[in-house]
Amino acid sequence: MKIVVCIKQAPARDSLLRINAANSWINEDDIAFEINEPDAYALEEGLRLKEKHGGEVVALCAGPARAAQTIREALAKGADRAIHIEDENLGALDPLAVARLMSSALAAEQPDLVLTGLQSDDLGYGQTGVILAELMSLPHATLIMQVEAEGAGIRVKRELEDGWFQHVEMPLPALLTIQSGIGKLRYATLMGIKKAKTKEIKRLTPSDLGAPGTPSIQVTRVYLPSRTKQAQLFEGPPREVAAKLVEKLKFEARVI
Amino acid sequence: MSILAVFEQRDGVVNKMAWETLAAALQLGEQLGQPVEAAVAGKGIGGAAQEIAARGASKVYAVEHDLLGQYTPDGQAAALRTLIAKIRPYLVLFPHTYQVRDYAPKLATALNRALVSDVIGHRVEGGKLTLVRQLFQGKVNADVQFAGDAPYFASIQAGAYRADRLPATTGAVEAFAPEIAAGQIRSVPREWFRESQRAVDLTTAEIIVSVGRGIKEAENISIVQKLADVLGAELAASRPICDNGWLPMERQVGSSGQTVAPKMYIAVGISGAIQHLVGMKGSKTIVAINKDANAPIFEVADYGIIGDLFQVVPALVEEIKKAKG
Repeated sequence: MKIVVCIKQAPARDSLLRINAANSWINEDDIAFEINEPDAYALEEGLRLKEKHGGEVVALCAGPARAAQTIREALAKGADRAIHIEDENLGALDPLAVARLMSSALAAEQPDLVLTGLQSDDLGYGQTGVILAELMSLPHATLIMQVEAEGAGIRVKRELEDGWFQHVEMPLPALLTIQSGIGKLRYATLMGIKKAKTKEIKRLTPSDLGAPGTPSIQVTRVYLPSRTKQAQLFEGPPREVAAKLVEKLKFEARVI
Repeated sequence: MSILAVFEQRDGVVNKMAWETLAAALQLGEQLGQPVEAAVAGKGIGGAAQEIAARGASKVYAVEHDLLGQYTPDGQAAALRTLIAKIRPYLVLFPHTYQVRDYAPKLATALNRALVSDVIGHRVEGGKLTLVRQLFQGKVNADVQFAGDAPYFASIQAGAYRADRLPATTGAVEAFAPEIAAGQIRSVPREWFRESQRAVDLTTAEIIVSVGRGIKEAENISIVQKLADVLGAELAASRPICDNGWLPMERQVGSSGQTVAPKMYIAVGISGAIQHLVGMKGSKTIVAINKDANAPIFEVADYGIIGDLFQVVPALVEEIKKAKG
């Protein structure tokens, strides 16, 4: 089975975010980046499917030069090779335009299965997988918790709201967006890290992939939300703030 | 031109979130001077269409087809595509449900548009529409505008618009037969099912201590367990903790876990993504402990401590012991 896993690099989840001077994005200078966590689960599922059915895992990443680190980590975990659509300004594109670049990068690959995370932790559109399926004319299913090969196709378990699930069957090739928690994430081994150094990373630029089209949506301003409800907030030495809080909980809220 | 609110139904029962989408459509319709119409797709949906027509939509398209009996993204997108081609709306709004996330980006792509997903508000200034959506799990907001030609597409986050003031009206219902062929539908959906009964019922707990990503490692859960013990509380968690297997899935609070409303909910190291907030914001007293003063959890909290949970929680345990002493 030839599996393409789409991964994105995103700011580490516990980053303290500040807005840049132009109000166009966050200030990236003092924050760390890592694989977008939902994509880590997609990668994990791709690697498990390869272990079970054989084949190849190709990591596809659209992002700036710094994303090379995240690609190396995917290779160290077990992806066989990678494609990096490298550009410093992909953030200016809308999700359709980025998916167009990804679709053209995959035109020569003919994968059996394309996997993505359910959403990115930064922009959070939650659309790239579904858009890509439409652009590549693939059947798709979203929020997948389990993938089984069945005859010439697959049978997947899809998460629905309120604790409901559903099985869906579809032919291959297909695209799935993977729900976080599908399997326990692996760590890269020392051997994996060593091997990753020799694995192929194919670098493409947007100009290699044709015009992405004119954007149909544009982010005009990025800002911290104004807070409306005023919580009583305490900040200071732990013992002091704990005592203040307990006082409030006991005599004001009367919950302890 | 019109604003089209797309409803979601299952077995003829309308999804509640879709009423909020209709409320958003009615506000926008008034501000942009456009009529508001609605659509509902499926099989056996006449009753649902009548219901929608009585609550503010001037016209409801009942998009009916045998192939829409069970939801598939291929069927749903194809049916709505033929409707949109016929009525040429200015703006198409959806509730931001799991189902909409499954098909709306496909529909928009087929029409060469990008969808603005998960919208929490809007402004109209000089006839120009600006939508507001969240980035970074609710920590940052972004203003988004449409470019190019209509139709435009957006989905509305749960709770962003109020559905309790929809007008009583008598709109028209128009049957619409979409052009779909069986060959267009490539996946086979099976029946819905639930996993075995939940062993932990968080909904009856008086006090819940809930832990999030800030706890960093599985071994650290014991720090928060001590807080739960001293309060006689149930221990719960946000989704990432259960995804990692640090606590069982049945202790998860949020849109994919349990919805709770205890007397007191203490959120430790939980930033407060919308998926978590919808599961606990009805709690009577909410306490948040987080190192990030901008964390959205403080927005729903009554009391908060901005600080390092590894120092604050043990101190809190001591103070509670004293207070109870």
